[in-house]
Amino acid sequence: MKRTLTILIRNPLSLLGLTLVVLVVLSALFADFIAPFPEHRGAIVDFANFNRAPEWPYIFGTDLVGRDLFSRILYAYRISLLLGVVVLVIAVPIGVTIGLAAGYLGGWTEFVLMRITDVFLSIPPLVLAMSMMGLLEPTLTNGMLAVTAMWWPWYTRLVYNLARSEREEGYVLAAEVIGAGKAHIMFREILPNCVPSILTKMTLDLGFVILIASSLSFLGLGVQPPTPDLGSMVADGSKYLPDSWWLTVFPGLAILVAVFGFNLLGDALRDILGVEQ
Amino acid sequence: MTAPTLRIEDLALKFRTYSGMVDVLHGISLHIQKGERVALVGESGSGKSVTARIVLGLLQSLRTARISGHVDFDGRDLMSMHDAERHRLRGTKMSMIFQDPTSSLNPVYTIGDQFREVLFRAEPGLKMAAARQKAVAALTDVAIGEPERVLDSYAYQLSGGMNQRVMIAMALANEPSLLIADEPGTALDVTVQAQTLRLMGELVEKHRTSVLFISHNLGVVREFADRVYVIFKGRIVEHAMTRDLFENPRHAYTRALMSAVPRITGGGIPEIDDASPDFLAPLIVHEGCAEPGAPV
Repeated sequence: MKRTLTILIRNPLSLLGLTLVVLVVLSALFADFIAPFPEHRGAIVDFANFNRAPEWPYIFGTDLVGRDLFSRILYAYRISLLLGVVVLVIAVPIGVTIGLAAGYLGGWTEFVLMRITDVFLSIPPLVLAMSMMGLLEPTLTNGMLAVTAMWWPWYTRLVYNLARSEREEGYVLAAEVIGAGKAHIMFREILPNCVPSILTKMTLDLGFVILIASSLSFLGLGVQPPTPDLGSMVADGSKYLPDSWWLTVFPGLAILVAVFGFNLLGDALRDILGVEQ
Repeated sequence: MTAPTLRIEDLALKFRTYSGMVDVLHGISLHIQKGERVALVGESGSGKSVTARIVLGLLQSLRTARISGHVDFDGRDLMSMHDAERHRLRGTKMSMIFQDPTSSLNPVYTIGDQFREVLFRAEPGLKMAAARQKAVAALTDVAIGEPERVLDSYAYQLSGGMNQRVMIAMALANEPSLLIADEPGTALDVTVQAQTLRLMGELVEKHRTSVLFISHNLGVVREFADRVYVIFKGRIVEHAMTRDLFENPRHAYTRALMSAVPRITGGGIPEIDDASPDFLAPLIVHEGCAEPGAPV
Protein backbone atom coordinates (compact mmCIF):
# COMPACT_ATOMS: atom_id res chain seq x y z
CA MET A 1 0.00 0.00 0.00
CA LYS A 2 2.76 2.41 0.96
CA ARG A 3 4.77 1.33 -2.05
CA THR A 4 1.75 1.89 -4.28
CA LEU A 5 1.33 5.42 -2.99
CA THR A 6 5.00 6.18 -3.47
CA ILE A 7 4.85 5.10 -7.11
CA LEU A 8 1.66 7.06 -7.64
CA ILE A 9 3.20 10.23 -6.30
CA ARG A 10 6.51 9.89 -8.14
CA ASN A 11 5.03 9.88 -11.63
CA PRO A 12 3.72 13.37 -12.43
CA LEU A 13 0.86 12.09 -14.59
CA SER A 14 -0.27 9.59 -11.96
CA LEU A 15 -0.04 12.29 -9.34
CA LEU A 16 -2.18 14.57 -11.50
CA GLY A 17 -4.73 11.79 -11.98
CA LEU A 18 -4.86 11.04 -8.29
CA THR A 19 -5.21 14.74 -7.46
CA LEU A 20 -8.05 15.26 -9.94
CA VAL A 21 -9.91 12.17 -8.72
CA VAL A 22 -9.52 13.14 -5.09
CA LEU A 23 -10.69 16.65 -5.96
CA VAL A 24 -13.76 15.39 -7.81
CA VAL A 25 -14.68 12.89 -5.12
CA LEU A 26 -14.21 15.38 -2.30
CA SER A 27 -16.24 18.07 -4.03
CA ALA A 28 -19.05 15.58 -4.62
CA LEU A 29 -18.98 14.34 -1.04
CA PHE A 30 -18.79 17.76 0.58
CA ALA A 31 -20.90 19.68 -1.92
CA ASP A 32 -23.16 20.80 0.91
CA PHE A 33 -20.28 22.60 2.59
CA ILE A 34 -18.34 23.80 -0.42
CA ALA A 35 -21.16 25.09 -2.57
CA PRO A 36 -21.81 28.79 -2.01
CA PHE A 37 -25.50 28.33 -2.92
CA PRO A 38 -26.52 24.80 -2.02
CA GLU A 39 -30.19 25.58 -2.62
CA HIS A 40 -29.39 26.25 -6.31
CA ARG A 41 -29.26 22.55 -7.08
CA GLY A 42 -33.07 22.50 -7.19
CA ALA A 43 -35.80 24.40 -8.93
CA ILE A 44 -35.01 27.94 -7.88
CA VAL A 45 -35.15 31.12 -9.85
CA ASP A 46 -33.29 34.32 -9.15
CA PHE A 47 -33.96 36.59 -12.09
CA ALA A 48 -32.08 39.43 -10.47
CA ASN A 49 -28.82 37.55 -11.15
CA PHE A 50 -29.60 35.60 -14.31
CA ASN A 51 -27.03 34.86 -16.99
CA ARG A 52 -24.15 36.54 -15.22
CA ALA A 53 -20.58 36.19 -16.42
CA PRO A 54 -18.14 34.75 -13.86
CA GLU A 55 -17.64 37.24 -11.04
CA TRP A 56 -17.70 37.05 -7.25
CA PRO A 57 -19.62 35.35 -5.68
CA TYR A 58 -20.63 33.47 -8.84
CA ILE A 59 -17.16 32.24 -9.82
CA PHE A 60 -18.45 30.16 -12.75
CA GLY A 61 -21.27 32.56 -13.57
CA THR A 62 -25.00 31.90 -13.35
CA ASP A 63 -27.42 30.15 -15.67
CA LEU A 64 -30.50 31.53 -17.39
CA VAL A 65 -32.62 31.43 -14.26
CA GLY A 66 -29.94 32.84 -12.02
CA ARG A 67 -28.57 29.70 -10.39
CA ASP A 68 -24.90 29.51 -9.43
CA LEU A 69 -23.11 27.24 -11.90
CA PHE A 70 -20.31 26.31 -9.52
CA SER A 71 -22.77 24.99 -6.96
CA ARG A 72 -24.70 23.09 -9.63
CA ILE A 73 -21.51 21.49 -10.98
CA LEU A 74 -20.60 20.22 -7.51
CA TYR A 75 -24.01 18.58 -7.16
CA ALA A 76 -23.82 17.25 -10.71
CA TYR A 77 -20.56 15.50 -9.76
CA ARG A 78 -22.44 13.84 -6.96
CA ILE A 79 -25.03 12.45 -9.39
CA SER A 80 -22.38 11.40 -11.93
CA LEU A 81 -20.25 9.59 -9.38
CA LEU A 82 -23.26 7.91 -7.84
CA LEU A 83 -24.32 6.74 -11.26
CA GLY A 84 -20.81 5.53 -12.09
CA VAL A 85 -20.43 3.60 -8.85
CA VAL A 86 -23.89 2.05 -9.02
CA VAL A 87 -23.42 1.02 -12.65
CA LEU A 88 -20.10 -0.64 -11.90
CA VAL A 89 -21.36 -2.28 -8.72
CA ILE A 90 -24.13 -3.94 -10.73
CA ALA A 91 -22.36 -4.50 -14.05
CA VAL A 92 -19.05 -5.87 -12.76
CA PRO A 93 -20.38 -8.83 -10.73
CA ILE A 94 -22.70 -9.81 -13.58
CA GLY A 95 -20.02 -9.51 -16.23
CA VAL A 96 -17.36 -11.20 -14.13
CA THR A 97 -19.55 -14.17 -13.19
CA ILE A 98 -20.62 -14.79 -16.77
CA GLY A 99 -17.05 -14.39 -17.99
CA LEU A 100 -15.70 -16.81 -15.39
CA ALA A 101 -18.35 -19.40 -16.16
CA ALA A 102 -17.80 -19.15 -19.90
CA GLY A 103 -14.02 -19.13 -19.63
CA TYR A 104 -13.62 -21.92 -17.13
CA LEU A 105 -16.49 -24.29 -17.89
CA GLY A 106 -16.13 -24.12 -21.68
CA GLY A 107 -18.22 -26.25 -24.01
CA TRP A 108 -21.88 -25.35 -24.42
CA THR A 109 -21.88 -22.96 -21.50
CA GLU A 110 -19.13 -20.98 -23.15
CA PHE A 111 -20.87 -21.02 -26.51
CA VAL A 112 -24.24 -19.84 -25.23
CA LEU A 113 -22.92 -17.22 -22.81
CA MET A 114 -20.39 -15.72 -25.17
CA ARG A 115 -22.82 -15.51 -28.10
CA ILE A 116 -25.29 -13.64 -25.91
CA THR A 117 -22.47 -11.36 -24.87
CA ASP A 118 -21.51 -10.85 -28.50
CA VAL A 119 -25.03 -9.74 -29.32
CA PHE A 120 -24.75 -7.01 -26.71
CA LEU A 121 -21.26 -6.07 -27.87
CA SER A 122 -22.35 -5.84 -31.48
CA ILE A 123 -24.76 -2.99 -30.76
CA PRO A 124 -22.99 0.35 -30.45
CA PRO A 125 -23.10 1.09 -26.72
CA LEU A 126 -24.62 4.55 -26.96
CA VAL A 127 -27.30 3.34 -29.36
CA LEU A 128 -28.20 0.53 -26.96
CA ALA A 129 -28.43 2.86 -24.00
CA MET A 130 -30.37 5.42 -26.05
CA SER A 131 -32.94 2.93 -27.23
CA MET A 132 -33.39 1.65 -23.70
CA MET A 133 -33.82 5.17 -22.40
CA GLY A 134 -36.23 5.91 -25.22
CA LEU A 135 -38.39 2.99 -24.13
CA LEU A 136 -38.19 3.74 -20.44
CA GLU A 137 -38.99 6.86 -18.52
CA PRO A 138 -35.92 9.10 -18.36
CA THR A 139 -35.07 8.92 -14.67
CA LEU A 140 -31.82 8.42 -12.81
CA THR A 141 -32.67 4.80 -12.02
CA ASN A 142 -33.46 3.98 -15.63
CA GLY A 143 -30.31 5.78 -16.70
CA MET A 144 -28.31 3.49 -14.46
CA LEU A 145 -30.15 0.50 -15.87
CA ALA A 146 -29.45 1.49 -19.45
CA VAL A 147 -25.75 2.14 -18.86
CA THR A 148 -25.45 -1.12 -16.88
CA ALA A 149 -26.99 -3.07 -19.76
CA MET A 150 -24.30 -1.79 -22.12
CA TRP A 151 -21.50 -2.16 -19.64
CA TRP A 152 -21.43 -5.75 -18.33
CA PRO A 153 -20.47 -7.43 -21.64
CA TRP A 154 -17.08 -5.71 -21.58
CA TYR A 155 -16.30 -7.29 -18.25
CA THR A 156 -17.50 -10.63 -19.50
CA ARG A 157 -15.10 -10.45 -22.38
CA LEU A 158 -12.19 -9.31 -20.23
CA VAL A 159 -12.69 -11.99 -17.58
CA TYR A 160 -13.50 -14.65 -20.17
CA ASN A 161 -10.12 -14.16 -21.80
CA LEU A 162 -8.33 -14.06 -18.47
CA ALA A 163 -10.11 -17.18 -17.25
CA ARG A 164 -9.29 -18.98 -20.49
CA SER A 165 -5.60 -18.47 -19.95
CA GLU A 166 -5.71 -19.04 -16.18
CA ARG A 167 -7.53 -22.32 -16.78
CA GLU A 168 -4.34 -23.72 -18.27
CA GLU A 169 -2.28 -22.79 -15.22
CA GLY A 170 -0.96 -25.59 -13.07
CA TYR A 171 -2.74 -24.44 -9.93
CA VAL A 172 -6.15 -24.95 -11.53
CA LEU A 173 -5.33 -28.54 -12.40
CA ALA A 174 -3.83 -28.98 -8.95
CA ALA A 175 -7.05 -27.72 -7.40
CA GLU A 176 -9.12 -30.07 -9.56
CA VAL A 177 -6.93 -32.94 -8.50
CA ILE A 178 -7.38 -32.32 -4.81
CA GLY A 179 -11.10 -32.28 -5.44
CA ALA A 180 -12.03 -28.59 -5.51
CA GLY A 181 -15.50 -27.89 -6.87
CA LYS A 182 -16.21 -25.84 -9.98
CA ALA A 183 -17.49 -22.81 -8.07
CA HIS A 184 -14.49 -22.94 -5.78
CA ILE A 185 -12.10 -22.98 -8.70
CA MET A 186 -13.91 -20.16 -10.48
CA PHE A 187 -14.27 -17.80 -7.56
CA ARG A 188 -11.48 -18.77 -5.21
CA GLU A 189 -8.70 -19.83 -7.56
CA ILE A 190 -9.17 -18.00 -10.85
CA LEU A 191 -10.96 -14.82 -9.81
CA PRO A 192 -8.30 -13.55 -7.38
CA ASN A 193 -5.79 -13.76 -10.21
CA CYS A 194 -8.02 -11.56 -12.37
CA VAL A 195 -8.52 -8.87 -9.74
CA PRO A 196 -5.72 -6.52 -10.89
CA SER A 197 -7.16 -6.37 -14.41
CA ILE A 198 -10.71 -5.90 -13.18
CA LEU A 199 -9.68 -3.17 -10.76
CA THR A 200 -7.79 -1.30 -13.45
CA LYS A 201 -10.67 -1.49 -15.85
CA MET A 202 -13.09 -0.31 -13.17
CA THR A 203 -11.03 2.78 -12.47
CA LEU A 204 -10.77 3.59 -16.17
CA ASP A 205 -14.46 2.91 -16.62
CA LEU A 206 -15.60 5.22 -13.87
CA GLY A 207 -14.52 8.06 -16.16
CA PHE A 208 -16.21 6.54 -19.19
CA VAL A 209 -19.46 5.90 -17.36
CA ILE A 210 -19.56 9.57 -16.40
CA LEU A 211 -18.92 10.47 -20.04
CA ILE A 212 -21.64 8.16 -21.35
CA ALA A 213 -24.14 9.30 -18.75
CA SER A 214 -23.37 12.91 -19.68
CA SER A 215 -23.81 12.06 -23.37
CA LEU A 216 -27.21 10.57 -22.61
CA SER A 217 -28.38 13.61 -20.71
CA PHE A 218 -26.84 15.87 -23.35
CA LEU A 219 -29.25 14.19 -25.74
CA GLY A 220 -32.06 14.75 -23.28
CA LEU A 221 -32.33 11.08 -22.35
CA GLY A 222 -30.70 11.13 -18.97
CA VAL A 223 -31.33 12.77 -15.66
CA GLN A 224 -34.12 15.32 -15.99
CA PRO A 225 -34.20 18.92 -14.73
CA PRO A 226 -34.12 20.34 -12.18
CA THR A 227 -31.58 17.76 -11.01
CA PRO A 228 -28.20 19.19 -12.01
CA ASP A 229 -26.37 17.10 -14.60
CA LEU A 230 -23.21 17.98 -16.48
CA GLY A 231 -24.50 16.68 -19.82
CA SER A 232 -27.76 18.59 -19.77
CA MET A 233 -25.99 21.71 -18.54
CA VAL A 234 -23.72 21.61 -21.58
CA ALA A 235 -26.71 20.99 -23.83
CA ASP A 236 -28.69 23.89 -22.41
CA GLY A 237 -25.76 26.27 -22.60
CA SER A 238 -24.78 25.35 -26.14
CA LYS A 239 -27.71 27.33 -27.51
CA TYR A 240 -26.23 30.54 -26.12
CA LEU A 241 -22.71 30.14 -27.45
CA PRO A 242 -20.55 32.12 -27.83
CA ASP A 243 -22.07 34.98 -25.85
CA SER A 244 -22.84 33.08 -22.64
CA TRP A 245 -19.78 30.87 -22.98
CA TRP A 246 -19.59 30.02 -19.26
CA LEU A 247 -22.82 28.02 -19.48
CA THR A 248 -21.06 25.45 -21.66
CA VAL A 249 -17.39 25.79 -20.87
CA PHE A 250 -17.48 25.14 -17.12
CA PRO A 251 -19.71 22.03 -17.16
CA GLY A 252 -17.67 20.78 -20.12
CA LEU A 253 -14.44 21.33 -18.23
CA ALA A 254 -15.96 19.55 -15.25
CA ILE A 255 -16.61 16.48 -17.40
CA LEU A 256 -13.09 16.69 -18.78
CA VAL A 257 -11.51 16.91 -15.34
CA ALA A 258 -13.39 13.86 -14.04
CA VAL A 259 -12.83 11.67 -17.09
CA PHE A 260 -9.21 12.72 -17.47
CA GLY A 261 -8.53 12.13 -13.79
CA PHE A 262 -9.99 8.62 -13.74
CA ASN A 263 -8.14 7.77 -16.93
CA LEU A 264 -4.78 8.84 -15.60
CA LEU A 265 -5.40 7.04 -12.34
CA GLY A 266 -6.47 3.90 -14.22
CA ASP A 267 -3.31 3.99 -16.32
CA ALA A 268 -1.23 4.42 -13.20
CA LEU A 269 -2.97 1.46 -11.54
CA ARG A 270 -2.29 -0.63 -14.62
CA ASP A 271 1.42 0.09 -14.35
CA ILE A 272 1.49 -0.55 -10.63
CA LEU A 273 -0.48 -3.78 -10.73
CA GLY A 274 1.44 -5.01 -13.76
CA VAL A 275 -1.63 -5.58 -15.89
CA GLU A 276 -0.94 -6.21 -19.57
CA GLN A 277 -2.90 -4.28 -22.08
CA MET B 1 -3.58 -61.47 -1.06
CA THR B 2 -5.28 -58.10 -0.67
CA ALA B 3 -6.59 -56.23 -3.65
CA PRO B 4 -4.00 -54.05 -5.34
CA THR B 5 -4.29 -50.32 -4.71
CA LEU B 6 -4.74 -49.69 -8.37
CA ARG B 7 -5.61 -52.12 -11.06
CA ILE B 8 -6.18 -51.08 -14.64
CA GLU B 9 -7.41 -53.67 -17.04
CA ASP B 10 -7.63 -53.29 -20.78
CA LEU B 11 -8.13 -49.55 -20.59
CA ALA B 12 -8.82 -47.93 -23.92
CA LEU B 13 -9.36 -44.25 -24.59
CA LYS B 14 -10.51 -42.50 -27.71
CA PHE B 15 -11.11 -38.84 -28.34
CA ARG B 16 -13.80 -37.72 -30.69
CA THR B 17 -12.55 -34.89 -32.85
CA TYR B 18 -13.85 -33.09 -35.90
CA SER B 19 -11.89 -35.46 -38.12
CA GLY B 20 -13.13 -38.65 -36.49
CA MET B 21 -12.00 -40.74 -33.57
CA VAL B 22 -8.43 -40.62 -32.35
CA ASP B 23 -7.14 -43.64 -30.46
CA VAL B 24 -5.05 -42.63 -27.52
CA LEU B 25 -4.85 -45.77 -25.42
CA HIS B 26 -5.20 -49.20 -27.02
CA GLY B 27 -6.08 -51.29 -24.01
CA ILE B 28 -3.42 -51.03 -21.37
CA SER B 29 -3.25 -53.05 -18.17
CA LEU B 30 -1.25 -52.28 -15.09
CA HIS B 31 -1.47 -52.69 -11.37
CA ILE B 32 0.12 -51.27 -8.25
CA GLN B 33 0.26 -53.16 -4.97
CA LYS B 34 0.03 -51.38 -1.66
CA GLY B 35 3.22 -49.49 -0.92
CA GLU B 36 4.66 -50.26 -4.31
CA ARG B 37 6.32 -47.70 -6.52
CA VAL B 38 5.52 -48.29 -10.13
CA ALA B 39 6.82 -46.25 -13.02
CA LEU B 40 5.11 -45.62 -16.33
CA VAL B 41 7.75 -44.60 -18.83
CA GLY B 42 7.34 -43.32 -22.33
CA GLU B 43 7.88 -40.42 -24.64
CA SER B 44 5.65 -37.38 -24.94
CA GLY B 45 2.25 -38.24 -26.27
CA SER B 46 2.48 -41.93 -25.43
CA GLY B 47 -0.52 -41.75 -23.12
CA LYS B 48 1.14 -41.49 -19.71
CA SER B 49 -0.65 -38.42 -18.49
CA VAL B 50 -4.10 -39.33 -19.78
CA THR B 51 -3.81 -42.59 -17.88
CA ALA B 52 -3.20 -40.60 -14.74
CA ARG B 53 -6.17 -38.37 -15.46
CA ILE B 54 -8.47 -41.31 -15.96
CA VAL B 55 -7.39 -42.72 -12.63
CA LEU B 56 -8.15 -39.38 -11.04
CA GLY B 57 -11.52 -39.33 -12.75
CA LEU B 58 -10.85 -36.10 -14.59
CA LEU B 59 -11.47 -37.39 -18.09
CA GLN B 60 -14.65 -39.34 -17.44
CA SER B 61 -16.79 -36.22 -17.49
CA LEU B 62 -15.32 -35.02 -20.78
CA ARG B 63 -17.91 -35.47 -23.49
CA THR B 64 -15.41 -36.09 -26.23
CA ALA B 65 -13.63 -38.91 -24.40
CA ARG B 66 -14.66 -42.54 -24.90
CA ILE B 67 -13.26 -44.76 -22.21
CA SER B 68 -13.57 -48.50 -21.91
CA GLY B 69 -11.98 -51.10 -19.66
CA HIS B 70 -11.70 -51.43 -15.90
CA VAL B 71 -10.07 -49.25 -13.33
CA ASP B 72 -10.22 -50.60 -9.79
CA PHE B 73 -9.05 -48.47 -6.92
CA ASP B 74 -8.72 -50.15 -3.52
CA GLY B 75 -11.00 -52.85 -4.80
CA ARG B 76 -13.71 -50.43 -5.97
CA ASP B 77 -14.66 -49.99 -9.58
CA LEU B 78 -13.88 -46.41 -10.58
CA MET B 79 -15.56 -46.59 -13.96
CA SER B 80 -19.04 -47.35 -12.65
CA MET B 81 -18.73 -44.84 -9.85
CA HIS B 82 -20.68 -41.60 -9.82
CA ASP B 83 -18.84 -38.37 -10.44
CA ALA B 84 -19.58 -37.33 -6.88
CA GLU B 85 -18.01 -40.47 -5.49
CA ARG B 86 -14.89 -40.05 -7.60
CA HIS B 87 -14.81 -36.46 -6.48
CA ARG B 88 -14.77 -37.60 -2.87
CA LEU B 89 -11.70 -39.76 -3.50
CA ARG B 90 -9.67 -36.97 -5.04
CA GLY B 91 -7.48 -35.16 -2.56
CA THR B 92 -8.31 -37.63 0.17
CA LYS B 93 -7.56 -41.14 -1.08
CA MET B 94 -5.53 -40.14 -4.11
CA SER B 95 -3.47 -37.12 -4.86
CA MET B 96 -1.02 -35.94 -7.44
CA ILE B 97 2.11 -33.89 -7.83
CA PHE B 98 3.12 -32.11 -10.97
CA GLN B 99 6.00 -31.14 -13.18
CA ASP B 100 6.19 -27.53 -12.25
CA PRO B 101 5.61 -27.01 -8.54
CA THR B 102 5.64 -23.23 -8.67
CA SER B 103 2.81 -22.93 -11.15
CA SER B 104 0.83 -25.57 -9.29
CA LEU B 105 0.43 -23.24 -6.35
CA ASN B 106 -1.97 -20.34 -6.66
CA PRO B 107 0.07 -17.12 -6.65
CA VAL B 108 -2.49 -15.09 -4.69
CA TYR B 109 -2.71 -17.26 -1.58
CA THR B 110 -0.07 -18.03 1.01
CA ILE B 111 1.21 -21.58 1.33
CA GLY B 112 -0.56 -21.77 4.68
CA ASP B 113 -3.96 -20.89 3.18
CA GLN B 114 -3.57 -23.51 0.48
CA PHE B 115 -2.35 -26.09 2.91
CA ARG B 116 -5.39 -25.53 5.08
CA GLU B 117 -7.72 -26.08 2.14
CA VAL B 118 -6.05 -29.39 1.41
CA LEU B 119 -6.47 -30.48 5.03
CA PHE B 120 -10.11 -29.34 5.03
CA ARG B 121 -10.79 -31.79 2.22
CA ALA B 122 -10.30 -34.68 4.58
CA GLU B 123 -11.45 -33.02 7.80
CA PRO B 124 -13.97 -30.26 7.07
CA GLY B 125 -14.36 -29.26 10.71
CA LEU B 126 -10.66 -28.77 11.36
CA LYS B 127 -9.77 -25.78 13.55
CA MET B 128 -7.41 -23.12 12.20
CA ALA B 129 -4.80 -23.72 14.88
CA ALA B 130 -4.95 -27.49 14.47
CA ALA B 131 -4.63 -27.16 10.70
CA ARG B 132 -1.60 -24.97 11.11
CA GLN B 133 -0.04 -27.43 13.49
CA LYS B 134 -0.58 -30.25 11.02
CA ALA B 135 0.86 -28.18 8.22
CA VAL B 136 3.94 -27.36 10.25
CA ALA B 137 4.43 -31.03 11.02
CA ALA B 138 4.00 -31.98 7.37
CA LEU B 139 6.50 -29.36 6.25
CA THR B 140 8.98 -30.49 8.86
CA ASP B 141 8.62 -33.98 7.40
CA VAL B 142 9.81 -32.74 4.02
CA ALA B 143 12.88 -31.18 5.61
CA ILE B 144 11.74 -27.59 5.47
CA GLY B 145 13.74 -25.73 8.09
CA GLU B 146 11.41 -22.84 8.90
CA PRO B 147 7.89 -24.16 8.38
CA GLU B 148 6.28 -21.12 10.01
CA ARG B 149 7.96 -18.72 7.62
CA VAL B 150 7.14 -20.90 4.62
CA LEU B 151 3.47 -21.08 5.59
CA ASP B 152 3.28 -17.30 5.55
CA SER B 153 5.01 -17.02 2.18
CA TYR B 154 3.64 -16.98 -1.32
CA ALA B 155 4.78 -19.55 -3.87
CA TYR B 156 6.79 -17.01 -5.85
CA GLN B 157 8.78 -16.10 -2.76
CA LEU B 158 10.11 -19.64 -2.43
CA SER B 159 12.56 -21.55 -4.58
CA GLY B 160 11.41 -24.26 -6.97
CA GLY B 161 12.87 -26.92 -4.73
CA MET B 162 11.02 -25.54 -1.72
CA ASN B 163 7.76 -25.44 -3.67
CA GLN B 164 8.30 -29.00 -4.77
CA ARG B 165 8.69 -30.09 -1.18
CA VAL B 166 5.61 -28.10 -0.22
CA MET B 167 3.69 -29.91 -2.98
CA ILE B 168 4.90 -33.27 -1.72
CA ALA B 169 3.89 -32.37 1.81
CA MET B 170 0.44 -31.28 0.62
CA ALA B 171 -0.02 -34.34 -1.54
CA LEU B 172 0.76 -36.63 1.37
CA ALA B 173 -0.95 -34.57 4.06
CA ASN B 174 -4.20 -36.53 3.96
CA GLU B 175 -2.40 -39.88 3.84
CA PRO B 176 -3.70 -40.93 0.43
CA SER B 177 -3.37 -44.54 -0.57
CA LEU B 178 -2.27 -43.59 -4.08
CA LEU B 179 0.05 -40.82 -5.13
CA ILE B 180 0.38 -40.01 -8.79
CA ALA B 181 3.59 -38.22 -9.62
CA ASP B 182 3.46 -36.74 -13.12
CA GLU B 183 7.06 -36.06 -14.07
CA PRO B 184 7.73 -34.50 -10.72
CA GLY B 185 10.40 -31.87 -10.73
CA THR B 186 11.08 -31.90 -14.45
CA ALA B 187 11.06 -28.13 -14.23
CA LEU B 188 13.73 -28.18 -11.54
CA ASP B 189 17.45 -28.60 -11.89
CA VAL B 190 18.85 -32.09 -11.47
CA THR B 191 20.40 -31.79 -8.03
CA VAL B 192 17.21 -30.43 -6.50
CA GLN B 193 15.21 -33.03 -8.36
CA ALA B 194 17.34 -35.85 -6.96
CA GLN B 195 17.04 -34.44 -3.47
CA THR B 196 13.27 -34.13 -3.54
CA LEU B 197 12.84 -37.56 -5.10
CA ARG B 198 14.85 -39.13 -2.32
CA LEU B 199 12.70 -37.30 0.18
CA MET B 200 9.52 -38.41 -1.53
CA GLY B 201 10.81 -41.98 -1.57
CA GLU B 202 11.39 -41.94 2.16
CA LEU B 203 7.97 -40.48 2.87
CA VAL B 204 5.97 -42.88 0.76
CA GLU B 205 7.84 -45.72 2.36
CA LYS B 206 6.96 -44.40 5.79
CA HIS B 207 3.27 -43.97 4.94
CA ARG B 208 3.09 -47.12 2.80
CA THR B 209 1.71 -45.04 -0.05
CA SER B 210 1.45 -46.58 -3.48
CA VAL B 211 2.97 -44.44 -6.20
CA LEU B 212 2.31 -44.23 -9.90
CA PHE B 213 5.38 -42.50 -11.18
CA ILE B 214 5.08 -41.02 -14.62
CA SER B 215 8.26 -40.04 -16.35
CA HIS B 216 10.30 -39.99 -19.49
CA ASN B 217 13.50 -39.80 -17.51
CA LEU B 218 15.01 -43.25 -17.22
CA GLY B 219 17.66 -42.23 -14.74
CA VAL B 220 15.04 -41.00 -12.32
CA VAL B 221 12.91 -44.09 -12.84
CA ARG B 222 15.86 -46.34 -12.07
CA GLU B 223 16.43 -44.53 -8.79
CA PHE B 224 12.84 -44.42 -7.70
CA ALA B 225 10.69 -47.25 -9.01
CA ASP B 226 10.32 -50.88 -7.97
CA ARG B 227 8.66 -51.95 -11.17
CA VAL B 228 8.41 -50.37 -14.61
CA TYR B 229 5.90 -50.33 -17.43
CA VAL B 230 7.15 -48.96 -20.74
CA ILE B 231 4.44 -47.38 -22.83
CA PHE B 232 4.63 -46.52 -26.51
CA LYS B 233 1.85 -44.98 -28.54
CA GLY B 234 -0.87 -46.06 -26.14
CA ARG B 235 0.38 -49.64 -25.72
CA ILE B 236 2.40 -51.13 -22.90
CA VAL B 237 5.39 -52.69 -24.60
CA GLU B 238 7.45 -53.98 -21.71
CA HIS B 239 6.82 -54.77 -18.06
CA ALA B 240 9.63 -55.69 -15.71
CA MET B 241 11.18 -55.19 -12.31
CA THR B 242 13.37 -52.10 -12.48
CA ARG B 243 16.64 -53.99 -12.17
CA ASP B 244 15.72 -56.55 -14.82
CA LEU B 245 14.62 -53.86 -17.22
CA PHE B 246 17.82 -51.89 -17.00
CA GLU B 247 20.03 -54.98 -17.13
CA ASN B 248 18.21 -56.63 -19.90
CA PRO B 249 15.83 -54.51 -21.94
CA ARG B 250 14.06 -56.89 -24.29
CA HIS B 251 11.77 -54.70 -26.32
CA ALA B 252 13.17 -52.77 -29.27
CA TYR B 253 11.48 -49.58 -28.08
CA THR B 254 12.88 -49.86 -24.57
CA ARG B 255 16.35 -50.33 -25.99
CA ALA B 256 15.89 -47.28 -28.20
CA LEU B 257 14.63 -45.27 -25.24
CA MET B 258 17.68 -46.25 -23.22
CA SER B 259 20.15 -45.45 -25.94
CA ALA B 260 18.48 -42.07 -26.32
CA VAL B 261 19.88 -40.96 -22.97
CA PRO B 262 22.85 -38.70 -23.69
CA ARG B 263 26.03 -40.05 -22.10
CA ILE B 264 28.14 -37.81 -20.00
CA THR B 265 31.20 -39.53 -21.47
CA GLY B 266 30.62 -37.81 -24.77
CA GLY B 267 29.58 -38.85 -28.21
CA GLY B 268 26.80 -36.27 -28.30
CA ILE B 269 23.19 -37.15 -28.69
CA PRO B 270 22.92 -40.67 -30.11
CA GLU B 271 21.33 -41.32 -33.47
CA ILE B 272 18.17 -43.34 -33.20
CA ASP B 273 15.23 -43.92 -35.45
CA ASP B 274 12.10 -41.97 -34.72
CA ALA B 275 9.98 -44.96 -35.47
CA SER B 276 10.63 -48.52 -36.35
CA PRO B 277 8.26 -51.40 -36.99
CA ASP B 278 9.99 -53.21 -34.14
CA PHE B 279 8.63 -50.66 -31.70
CA LEU B 280 5.16 -52.01 -32.33
CA ALA B 281 6.12 -55.54 -31.34
CA PRO B 282 3.80 -57.07 -28.72
CA LEU B 283 4.14 -56.69 -24.97
CA ILE B 284 7.08 -58.40 -23.33
CA VAL B 285 6.55 -59.35 -19.71
CA HIS B 286 9.56 -60.28 -17.66
CA GLU B 287 9.54 -63.22 -15.27
CA GLY B 288 7.64 -62.64 -12.06
CA CYS B 289 5.73 -59.65 -13.31
CA ALA B 290 2.28 -60.82 -14.38
CA GLU B 291 -0.94 -58.86 -13.99
CA PRO B 292 -3.01 -60.24 -11.12
CA GLY B 293 -5.42 -62.85 -12.33
CA ALA B 294 -3.72 -63.21 -15.69
CA PRO B 295 -2.36 -66.64 -16.73
CA VAL B 296 1.36 -66.77 -16.02
